[in-house]
Amino acid sequence: MDLSSLDKKSDHEWWIPPAGAMRVPGVIYGSETLVRDMDEKVREQVANVATLPGIQRASYAMPDAHWGYGFPIGGVAAFDPREGGIVSAGGVGFDISCGVRTLRTGLRTDVVESVARTLAHELSRRVPAGVGSHGRIHLEDDEIDAMLAGGAAWAVQHGYGSEADLDRIEERGCAADAVPAAVSPRARRRQQDEMGTLGSGNHYLEVQRVAEVFDEAVARAFGLAVDDIVVSIHCGSRGLGHQIGTEFLRDMAVAAPRFGIVLPDRELACAPVDSEIGQRYLGAMRAGINCALANRQIITHLVRQAFHHVVPQATLDVLYDVSHNTCKLESHVCDGAAKPVFIHRKGATRALGPGHPDLPETLRPIGQPVLIGGTMGTASYVLVGTPVAERLSFSSSCHGAGRAMSRHQALRTWHGRQVVDELAARGIIVRSPSSRGVAEEAPGAYKDVGAVVDAADAAGLSRKVARLVPLVCVKG
Amino acid sequence: MTKALERDEHGVSAARWEHFPHDADVGVVGLGSTKAEAFEQAALALTAVVTDPRQVRTTEIVAVECRAADDELLLVEWLNALVFEMAVRGMVFGDFSVEIDDTTLRATARGERVDVGRHEPAVEIKGATMTALRVASGPDGWRAQCVVDV
Repeated sequence: MDLSSLDKKSDHEWWIPPAGAMRVPGVIYGSETLVRDMDEKVREQVANVATLPGIQRASYAMPDAHWGYGFPIGGVAAFDPREGGIVSAGGVGFDISCGVRTLRTGLRTDVVESVARTLAHELSRRVPAGVGSHGRIHLEDDEIDAMLAGGAAWAVQHGYGSEADLDRIEERGCAADAVPAAVSPRARRRQQDEMGTLGSGNHYLEVQRVAEVFDEAVARAFGLAVDDIVVSIHCGSRGLGHQIGTEFLRDMAVAAPRFGIVLPDRELACAPVDSEIGQRYLGAMRAGINCALANRQIITHLVRQAFHHVVPQATLDVLYDVSHNTCKLESHVCDGAAKPVFIHRKGATRALGPGHPDLPETLRPIGQPVLIGGTMGTASYVLVGTPVAERLSFSSSCHGAGRAMSRHQALRTWHGRQVVDELAARGIIVRSPSSRGVAEEAPGAYKDVGAVVDAADAAGLSRKVARLVPLVCVKG
Repeated sequence: MTKALERDEHGVSAARWEHFPHDADVGVVGLGSTKAEAFEQAALALTAVVTDPRQVRTTEIVAVECRAADDELLLVEWLNALVFEMAVRGMVFGDFSVEIDDTTLRATARGERVDVGRHEPAVEIKGATMTALRVASGPDGWRAQCVVDV
């Protein structure tokens, strides 16, 4: 990105002044290096989002922002329906509520290292991953309705995990006001056999070691210490969410002119929150969130079974569960007063600061755990929400490393076997049904997640707590 | 642009597919002497995101029909219809036959169930997008392209 087109407000905050149809400025967070390395398309997309009706304060991009669909990935924007505000299927994305859940195993590194191979085998055997894999659960239509209304709470009612898990999930594991009837038969059909499956691409299940702690007090409060073992699950709403995204992107693109909305890019497809299609999308998208939360809850159960088979004393409490691709009704300060807005986070993590009423009591004095996924060869991070992030980014932070290299280029650069062997030499066990998939996801194909997290920390979007490195990685 | 693959069975045909890079995902391009042929090739490019189309046996036939208001939306509908069939049938497709009548597309897709060992499927496709979406004819024939989210 050409930095001369931006106003530098600080070392980690860059503004796009309003121009043309922009209603608000664009704000990009990141170090000079990260922002310079961003595609020019990110600037264009941040500016395009700033033209949408009812947008509040600014169109934001997180330090891991990259070229997305209409909205940049790493984009955050809030809309007020009383000012004609919109909801956008492209602003949520295809993988509705894709996110990360981290579990504390209660185990130390020495115990897990000695059984890592058996554990890798049990996890890859029990958690279906990859193209064409099916879960062991088949849902008929009425059960799909219950799942879409209930989310992780539905899964707990069906024996997957416990009530205590729900305290550590955004919205206690269930997006309110989901409308299962707004989810099409095709979306349902894609999900019938996909509950409890990981998917493919950048989705993974990792056994990780706490390699470094940056903030002792917060780490202690989160129950993390150096050499503790955690498990992180990265996946989303599977075929159901993809189908909802597909259908509403099309329908909103066709409907937008009817509402007098001029789209600088068809992929910005949106509709007024208070329109029939806007409401229908919100109902379906919330059902998609519940599908993702139920999916991660079922996978949590499968992970617990795998661990208990190998290390019976493992505890596997949920540290937290974050969602990256969502639109949520939240209260935020705009023009000096708090008001309800529909906040889109596309490839961005909600990051509530200490004292926020939506946090469970146990986390309220500390702030929300912000879980940042890395690659299978580098690191993941736990951060904590800050009070200033409300002012900076509607309490939002980055979500991961972001790709630096296309899949095709990665495939020409690495062979899957070579990646697996190199990681094995470093003590990282990779299990995947697809050698090509591993090559496309090679750690070198991603940006430096450490630089992204440092920028989020320096900008004040969230604060570093701990660094996690993988021991076992199950990929799709 | 990635290297294009000629379709041997079409001899001197201009029909071929390509991929182009997108930050996190993949762009698919179909080129052909007719719009229908470009759509067939775009579908092969879609398959190539998942596996090598030459490794797909064409033992099962699936019929697909879709409609859209314009050519570009029709390409998105067509590719999304294939994404749906691949997902619910657990199949990959290696050969396509497309007919386009104004706003309606009728096609057959030939393929087989995913064989993880032989196909080494790299990634599931979530959906075709309207990013870099273009269907147009030029002196060299028809071009149909968009980015697919994986």
